[in-house]
Amino acid sequence: MSRLPKPPEGSWTEHYPELGTAPVSYEDSISPEFYELEREAIFRRAWLNVGRVEQLPRKGSYFTKEVRVARTSVVVVRDGGGGVRAFFNVCRHRGNKLVWDEFPGEETSGFCRQFTCKYHGWRYGLDGALNFVQQEGEFFDLDKEDFGLVPVHCEVWAGFIFVNLAREPEQSLHDFLGPMVTALDGYPFDKMTERFYYRAEVGANWKLYMDAFQEFYHAPVLHAKQTPAKFSTAAQQSGFEAPHYQLDGPHRLVSTSGIVAWELASDMRKPMEDITRSGLFGPWDGPELGEMPPGLNPAGCDPWGLDSFQLWPNFVILIWSGGWYLTYQYWPTSYNTHTFEGNLYFVPARNARERVAHEMAAVTFKEYGLQDGNTLEATQMSLESRAVTHFPLNDQEILCRHLHKVAADWVEDYKKNHTEV
Amino acid sequence: MADSLLPAEFADLEPYAADWCLATETERYGKRLATSMQDIQAFYDAVVSRAEAAIAHCDRFPLDAMPEDALNLLHLLYSMINVSFCVEAWGQQRVPDTGAAMLDCLIEPVP
Repeated sequence: MSRLPKPPEGSWTEHYPELGTAPVSYEDSISPEFYELEREAIFRRAWLNVGRVEQLPRKGSYFTKEVRVARTSVVVVRDGGGGVRAFFNVCRHRGNKLVWDEFPGEETSGFCRQFTCKYHGWRYGLDGALNFVQQEGEFFDLDKEDFGLVPVHCEVWAGFIFVNLAREPEQSLHDFLGPMVTALDGYPFDKMTERFYYRAEVGANWKLYMDAFQEFYHAPVLHAKQTPAKFSTAAQQSGFEAPHYQLDGPHRLVSTSGIVAWELASDMRKPMEDITRSGLFGPWDGPELGEMPPGLNPAGCDPWGLDSFQLWPNFVILIWSGGWYLTYQYWPTSYNTHTFEGNLYFVPARNARERVAHEMAAVTFKEYGLQDGNTLEATQMSLESRAVTHFPLNDQEILCRHLHKVAADWVEDYKKNHTEV
Repeated sequence: MADSLLPAEFADLEPYAADWCLATETERYGKRLATSMQDIQAFYDAVVSRAEAAIAHCDRFPLDAMPEDALNLLHLLYSMINVSFCVEAWGQQRVPDTGAAMLDCLIEPVP
């Protein structure tokens, strides 16, 4: 029996009848053919988060983003008027990649007054305009007006920079994000500028890693040894239940109730948690942030733990009750590999004690992330054997069910529109 | 002592300073994997008993203007946190069952 109330239909999954309750196939995560379809059907149609405005602190600040699944590199820049723009990272002259250092496939960032191509020295302003052509007189009827950088649709929400690689996006960013996500408007993301950035190459399909972080049913088992035996035994006995799941279009969220770590018996905690007054859930002494936006803690939990917003297709914003947040991004590099990016954001530490608490949260994040990452490679390998083709999902795994359904829907929709043409 | 890395009142931790006063997570995690559990335990035991005093000492300075020896002490505390998982959770240097996994820290707050 469940301890927490469920929707009147009897389960979160049946509350969204389009999901069904049947065992699911992960063919979408082991099929090279499906991956080929995802390139156009998903990654050239959806809005993709590529970073935050704090990564562009002043005019001329830029960074590049490699979107290999879309065979595209994007350069994102703070222009002369202070706006954020994005361009395809391609010189209009002979097609050289415009902005890169040392290795063409690696991302870079920095500051410049203009972009100069390494090949023949064509120069572009921060607004993308072609400003200089080496030996311009040698060209034939070349009008520089016609050879500016090709813009990428770029919009900012709550300081998060999104691009859309379509020629014309089907929706504005705001419409794409929808009411569940935009109800986070007003959360003080802009105050949380102390950043830890982690990156991993993962031997698994991107959706399998999203699955790992969108259910917590695994936590008492996979992560059992992260906590003292007394705590993990209690956690396994009670199992995991979330008080609230929600779907909104292609996006989804899980909200959890919290544990007041410092109210537990001390043998339920590790000594380092007491020394640093911090742990997996973050610093015990979080910052005072004032009133929270209505989209946060949608079930009104007290104590509340976290909200994990899973933004279609490959972006997660996870907000902890302790006043800090994480983002995850999953960038596919083949049908069975992807690049994982994790960021931790805190209100900047005011002193060493706060900084030590942040360090404890960051180190704990990595210890958990390593466990999750390695499990995925094992999952990918055994799924690819196709020895088993359908797998049951329980009600706490509703978001996994939704992700794979949305992927199938977007690919189906794309196929339908492209066979009619 | 001109060649000591830590503030004078933490002279008892000086034997660990050269190995564990490391400025980046990559160095700290690498050092952890390369150190025997016996040596990790000795470092952990020594620094844990002085952790509160060390945090209090570092707290006397603004983060962006810490004297070199206090900064070293802060880095020593970061190493303490990193190896605490070996001692308190795993009983080994590496997170169990993570042979093929990696997670590199490419940007971190300074200090």
